[in-house]
Amino acid sequence: MSRKRAIVQANDIAPELAQLGRRRFLTGGVSVGALALLTGCDLSTHSGVDAALWAMLKFNDRVQQALFNPKRLAETYPASAITKPFRFNAFYPEWQVRTVPPQWRLEVSGLVSDKTPWNLETLLALPQESQITRHICIEGWSQIGQWRGVPLHVFLRRIGADLRARYVAFNCFDGYATSIDMPSALHSQTILAVDFEEAPLTPEWGAPVRLRIPTKLGFKSAKNLQAIEVTNAYPGGFWEDQGYNWFSGS
Amino acid sequence: MARRQNYPAHPLPVRIMHWIGAVAVICLILSGWAIYNASPLPLLTFPRWMTLGGWLGAGIAWHLSAVWVLFADGLAYLGYGIVSGHFRRDILPPWPKVILRDLNDALHFRLPHQLGYYNGVQRLLYMGVIIVICLSVVTGFSIWKPVQLGWLTDLFGGYPVARIIHLSMMFLILGFLIIHLTLVAIVPRTLVSMLAPLRSDPDGAPRGGTR
Repeated sequence: MSRKRAIVQANDIAPELAQLGRRRFLTGGVSVGALALLTGCDLSTHSGVDAALWAMLKFNDRVQQALFNPKRLAETYPASAITKPFRFNAFYPEWQVRTVPPQWRLEVSGLVSDKTPWNLETLLALPQESQITRHICIEGWSQIGQWRGVPLHVFLRRIGADLRARYVAFNCFDGYATSIDMPSALHSQTILAVDFEEAPLTPEWGAPVRLRIPTKLGFKSAKNLQAIEVTNAYPGGFWEDQGYNWFSGS
Repeated sequence: MARRQNYPAHPLPVRIMHWIGAVAVICLILSGWAIYNASPLPLLTFPRWMTLGGWLGAGIAWHLSAVWVLFADGLAYLGYGIVSGHFRRDILPPWPKVILRDLNDALHFRLPHQLGYYNGVQRLLYMGVIIVICLSVVTGFSIWKPVQLGWLTDLFGGYPVARIIHLSMMFLILGFLIIHLTLVAIVPRTLVSMLAPLRSDPDGAPRGGTR
């Protein structure tokens, strides 16, 4: 090997670089004043601490997968318990809500046998279920809402998805993305919601179709869906890439 | 009781588990503040510089890392405390009369500290904080898994209530820490005895230490 040639070429570690680029440093650029106070050392420089925290996040994902019981249902509530007014929440303020693009289609891709795009009419032809469940935000607050839609397991079977695949990924036309594990995707309360409070979804509540998954934290219930992919390659997500626990089960 | 004079005031396992637990609990409190700040109650937010993590995602990463350290340390300590007789000998509080007497003495700065012997006030405080830390971990699990551990969440009055109980436990631990550290400052050799194998004090007639 020539001495002038770098031992590691950028191309060789491109996937790692891409992953580092996607990942936000948990300890970088944020206050670690308390820790510095405790240990007397400054951890604001990127260190093994960040890698350790990411490793623990992965460990927590595994614990949560082990704790997940596909038959256990999230508690359901009477209509009188519904929170009103329901709080808007997204990674942008309410005035930035996008309207549904004209010619909207729900695309399906990856490990599925039928990749025909869906529209609202074809989706509404599938059986639907209603639920009144608690939406728990990762921030700690919670509220009870009512959704109705097509169970995701019905949809996945209809498109001939490989149900042994590891992940189902969701991409949204507002720039959001998330992904869930297949056992959670097949849970009976995981639905592609088209109604909210007994009326068709409006853009702020995720029109025309959103994911509603009461067995996970709120940020997993992606709004304004545009594409669903069944895959074995870890898809990450908008918040997950910044350090939220990927599994985030309730 | 006399046999204890030849033993360290705190056996090695207790010293090790104390410090691992102490670091874990402090990490949990400070990272808990970062999580709490994401959705605070009115009138109370913690200064960002005092939190561990600074923002919600990092706060949760720290919190869910430290809790496994505390969980393992706590189980080991509870097991050790039961099997070794540490709980029966040192932690189980005496009769209320003895506690009241020791509390009265302590408040009048008359309660002497004897290394290796736990007086009524210490027993009350240590048993209290052990119970509070256990409750803190269990309520924590109940708001982490309100579906999978729904029965536990229900036991604490449902998700929103369990969350408030979890926060309240933090304040109780904080209260304990203030008293605990003040007492250590008053009797500094107790700090040494938690680090090195100091012999228990002679004259082992502990005031209020027996049941």
